[in-house]
Amino acid sequence: MTSSTSVTGADPFTVDGRISAEELDLLRSDFPILSSEVNGHRLNYLDSGATAQKPLAVLDAERRFLLNENSAVHRGAHTLAAEATETFENARTSVARFVGADDDEIVWTSGATAALNLLAYAISNASLGRGGAAAERFRLHPGDEILVTELEHHANLIPWQELAARTGASLRYVPIDDAGALELDSLEVLITERTKIVAVTHVSNVLGALTPVELFVARAREVGALVVLDACQSAPHLSLDLRALGVDFAAFSGHKMLAPTGIGVLYGRRELLNALPPFLTGGSMITTVTMEGAEYLPAPQRFEAGTQPVSQAIALGAAVEYLRAVGMDRIAAHEEHLGQRLAVGLSAIDGVRLLGPAAGEFRTGLASFAVADIHAHDLGQFLDDRGIAVRVGHHCAQPLHRRLGLTSSTRASTYLYSTENEVDEFLAGVADAITFFGVRPSDIRSGTRA
Amino acid sequence: MSTTDLQNLYQEVILDHSRRPHGFGLQPGADAHSHQLNPTCGDEITLELHRDAATDVVTAVRWEGHGCAISQASASLFSGLAEGLTTAEITTRIESFREAMRSRGTIEPDEELLGDAVALGGVSKYIARVKCAMLAWVAAEDALTTLPK
Repeated sequence: MTSSTSVTGADPFTVDGRISAEELDLLRSDFPILSSEVNGHRLNYLDSGATAQKPLAVLDAERRFLLNENSAVHRGAHTLAAEATETFENARTSVARFVGADDDEIVWTSGATAALNLLAYAISNASLGRGGAAAERFRLHPGDEILVTELEHHANLIPWQELAARTGASLRYVPIDDAGALELDSLEVLITERTKIVAVTHVSNVLGALTPVELFVARAREVGALVVLDACQSAPHLSLDLRALGVDFAAFSGHKMLAPTGIGVLYGRRELLNALPPFLTGGSMITTVTMEGAEYLPAPQRFEAGTQPVSQAIALGAAVEYLRAVGMDRIAAHEEHLGQRLAVGLSAIDGVRLLGPAAGEFRTGLASFAVADIHAHDLGQFLDDRGIAVRVGHHCAQPLHRRLGLTSSTRASTYLYSTENEVDEFLAGVADAITFFGVRPSDIRSGTRA
Repeated sequence: MSTTDLQNLYQEVILDHSRRPHGFGLQPGADAHSHQLNPTCGDEITLELHRDAATDVVTAVRWEGHGCAISQASASLFSGLAEGLTTAEITTRIESFREAMRSRGTIEPDEELLGDAVALGGVSKYIARVKCAMLAWVAAEDALTTLPK
């Protein structure tokens, strides 16, 4: 991280505890979009769970690379190619350090969805016999089971449904209760000798609830199942140590953590990645190619066929350095505070049904909710009128919503740059929307609504 | 969007129709039906047409579904509009409505053709909501194609 960020070396950011109001002002100036106007109001961006805004440091890193070093990585002997390769690999090192992994355990993908599909298709290829004896442990057969949960994002559900369909394995799931909490008592009976893969989200993108990953890992280890973690809503927001968590694979997306779209990560334990057959094949992932076949490079290159999103990867490297400079523990504390403010505020509004952990229980900095008789789209439209950006719909988690008796909900999600004031404006907006949509038509005409 | 725009979008006739929709609830004996889903929000509608084959007049439009105020009001307004019209007259109205909806606010809906449904005119400025307003009309269009001439 270099120019145009106020973070590096700035004293206020080195103190412990939450991010202060003064620090927050400085930090927000790194995100020019936060000063923009929407519908005559200062943008109140509460949709960071969908995609995060980008600081100048990240945009500058990408631009600097494209202006000064752009060339093909891992091929070519000229000076620019060497510089580009070094910058590209330095980004991998940054990301690896950020999640407690080694460099060769970080595979670039276009995003978490691509990462999870890569893994599912590589396992599919293993199940077809590819990868030789080393890939034996990945092979799925009829009678084997893949376990997911009922609250998964579709990206951590459908790839496993499809993998099960291709291999004859069965898909099972950990149910959630009426409040949306995982029924963890069921782990003992659901994870058995038949279970080969356990795929679970770290933080629910709808509920903000933290999964006790250690329970999944402990039980999976007893039966030799692989654990795949969807870290999309944890990597950007919490201090993450994948090795300490003990998961075998993990996926996350750059664009939710200050980086551009088109870059994401598949993490895998080294020995697993090197035993897994590739999914996409082609240039840059081989050692020897004949007309009959090919031998593959070790991870991560064996999973990075073709031209990589180089500048995006470099931008992701800059993004995690930015986050590290602010401090993930402080970001997590800041967002936990805002998450509670959301939960407490929403719970206090008549007619609002807060989803997931109750106020006072741990949640990350997001909250989804439903309002009786007001559709999420109408609520979102009302808030947009005030420049407040929230997510409405099923948030790519239809089974979760169905289980809670809903088709859609509204989600407000914060990030390191979000403020108490933004949360309060949003809460006032929700209350006013209930008045607006709840009143009789004649009341609207006479102007009695807030 | 200003608050005036918001009130223009959610006119009282729209809020009223969304709360007390016309034609809600399917009835036996329909001659054509269609189910439409808006995958971005999960909203859906099942719409059925009851037609007098001799005169080609649609005698009843019944529907069920769930969705936002715009989609519910639109289904209700369509139901009220289409009843008593021939299938050809309904097709003309669907085309006219679609043209206005897709105009990004540049074409006022034709009151002669569309009656109270002109209240939905404000939707056309909000691209993300046009699908909501069109849902019932697309369902009707689809159902009409299944009716024997």
